[in-house]
Amino acid sequence: MLNSLKQNWLSNVKGDVLSALVVALALIPEAIAFSIIAGVDPKVGLYASFAICLIIAFVGARPAMISAATGAMALLMITLVKAHGLEYLLAATLLCGVIQIIFGLFKLGDLMRFVSRSVVTGFVNALAILIFMAQLPELTGSYGTLTVYGMTALGLAIIYLFPYLTKAVPSPLVCIIVLTALALYFGMDIRTVADMGELPDSLPIFLWPDVPLNFATLQIIFPYSLALAVVGLLESLMTATIVDDLTDTSSDKNRECVGQGVANIGSGLIGGMAGCAMIGQSIINVKSGGRTRLSTLLAGVFLLMLIVFVSDYVGLIPMAALVAIMIMVSIGTFSWSSVKDLRKNPKSSSVVMIMTVLVVVATHNLAYGVLVGVLLSALFFANKVGQILFIGSTLSANGHQRDYTVVGQVFFTSAEQFIDAFDFKEAVEKVRIDLNRAHFWDITAISSLDKVVLKFRREGTEVELVGLNEASATLVDKFAVHNRPDAVEKLMGH
Amino acid sequence: MTKKVMACIDASPYAEAVCDYAVWAANRLTVPMAVIHVLDKAQHTHTPDLSGSIGLGSQEVLLQQLAELDEKHGKLALERGRLMLDAAKSRAEQAGVAAVDERLRHGTLVQTLVELEEETRLLVLGKRGFSSADAHGHLGLHVEQVIRSVHKPILLTQQSYKEPQRIMLAYDGSATALKGLEMLAASPLGKGLPVHLVMAGANIEAAQQQMETAAHILRNAGFDTRIAIVGGEPEEVLNQYQQEHHIDLMVMGAYGHSRIRQFIVGSTTTAMISKAKCSLLILR
Repeated sequence: MLNSLKQNWLSNVKGDVLSALVVALALIPEAIAFSIIAGVDPKVGLYASFAICLIIAFVGARPAMISAATGAMALLMITLVKAHGLEYLLAATLLCGVIQIIFGLFKLGDLMRFVSRSVVTGFVNALAILIFMAQLPELTGSYGTLTVYGMTALGLAIIYLFPYLTKAVPSPLVCIIVLTALALYFGMDIRTVADMGELPDSLPIFLWPDVPLNFATLQIIFPYSLALAVVGLLESLMTATIVDDLTDTSSDKNRECVGQGVANIGSGLIGGMAGCAMIGQSIINVKSGGRTRLSTLLAGVFLLMLIVFVSDYVGLIPMAALVAIMIMVSIGTFSWSSVKDLRKNPKSSSVVMIMTVLVVVATHNLAYGVLVGVLLSALFFANKVGQILFIGSTLSANGHQRDYTVVGQVFFTSAEQFIDAFDFKEAVEKVRIDLNRAHFWDITAISSLDKVVLKFRREGTEVELVGLNEASATLVDKFAVHNRPDAVEKLMGH
Repeated sequence: MTKKVMACIDASPYAEAVCDYAVWAANRLTVPMAVIHVLDKAQHTHTPDLSGSIGLGSQEVLLQQLAELDEKHGKLALERGRLMLDAAKSRAEQAGVAAVDERLRHGTLVQTLVELEEETRLLVLGKRGFSSADAHGHLGLHVEQVIRSVHKPILLTQQSYKEPQRIMLAYDGSATALKGLEMLAASPLGKGLPVHLVMAGANIEAAQQQMETAAHILRNAGFDTRIAIVGGEPEEVLNQYQQEHHIDLMVMGAYGHSRIRQFIVGSTTTAMISKAKCSLLILR
């Protein structure tokens, strides 16, 4: 117990402390920016990021993953906050946590295996595009002055070029300091964080959302909570997989679901919004040397210390600096290789990826995008497997009997093809259909076989079925071939 | 499957002694021997990039960098492990063990040993490993975990090999201890060596009776048995007895109580192991 404690918390102290500091500094602008997207005061996002970081360090399953207030979640809250206000958002956050815990306990994290690689890529790209689009209001309309454009461009230049000078100081921090100093020195009339709402000036306190506890409230918040829970878990589990890959370790996905739920409940109880794992921040954490739970915990602690002690100055930060940082985050989140690989990958994969992105950008809801992506992948897969069907035949020497051999998968997509393969016009006395190497997966397949037999009978042909039992073993829902080489061989028809 | 004596080799100063003790045990038990080295992937600290900025494709680039780093470390560790095992194997073969297996595995030590439990007759392990070889008086990082997880006899060795001449059995009359006693009596490992049956505690009649019964079992099995009851804290008096009587192998049961109890009152087993001045045979 003590050893695993050491391993999980203290095996990389120096790297963790440094990376936590970098992450905490990067979390401040993001938490503020995401609060603004959701339409709430910056302190809601800041408290949420603190609470989620702190709690997930203990109850999460993936060490070194950073969870906080995120863009994906903020985008789902906009209409709820507009129509019903902050208190309903807090209630929805609590319910979202409860739903996530239930998902975890019922091991729905395992369902992630239905989310194909293309859908994940589509999700990530869509997220990047949404974060970028959320910055546009700051750059267009009456806010979009030349000064703002210049400041944003300068901010981006600092973020991307400063690391060439030194990698020991977080460049987004340099961007914030330089831009704030410039704005103050020249007395620029541009929007600052203070214009966006109330900043935290004290430690968060425990509070219960001020909403009536009745069915009407539930009706309002449940759809939001469900969407938040699903999107939060999707992004968290995807991020966990990314961190798994980066650090070459594994993590328990169902435990992560429960952990995210607990963290969201904690966030809701101190007046924070719902959050989830952050792809960009987690990459930054690993890149900065963070490896254990300590990095996550300290990121939360440093964040709180920073927001309480420097809150006077946070309000002075020009929005242009935040916009620059968020553009960096969206560029960093976007999967560049997915664009490069568009031509190389199979068309169906590319279609799934692009459709996922399009649906998300159109609906601003990542859950819909994933749903469409998963359905499309399933359809493409069914179509592909349906093509694995071969029906050959031989006529006996005297011309009285025809032997058909069916090899492959018969189910709803291939049933039509199955029927068409038989020649009902040929007048023979007897037909023998060998099904030993065929598999009937559903009742569509069985009914099409019935149809074939019936049609032959009507022509006065006698039908003999060989190996039907073997072929229809796949019909049983519990059909499983796990770890049985003989069963697998039978299934593959060798 | 013939069960083997498993010798856990690492780069610590204990490796040679572990090998020699394993040879001794393999010869006495007349079973084959295997030398094991586990490549536990440590966290390599690469020079961290604290710039906090991520550009296009940073995930892919980072993955590639980390994979390359791991690959370099992995290849080196693999080569080193192979050399260590080869050295141990030739040492064992020179000492007269006919069949010596080499097992080079990835994973954590504890997990690997648990996986190999099926084919283990006796596990030989240094009291401290490479990572904590200098921390005298403390138990190695993995030792306690191994003892808790592997349900096979474990021989914990000192840093230098000394062929066991006298065995001491720490006995407290508990079910675990009785089981250990029976195992020792039935095993060829200690055959022919004099056994000191020692109990820590008050010299009362009940204790004496327990000791007599126990000694009877050993004598029936053909062991030259002496009994002693010494008053005091087990980890002190037992170790004192060991030094006074020049015992080279102490046999004891391990971890009879729950972890929660140990967390509060501490574990006799852990204290015994860390204070003992000779090799220990832990029976579970």
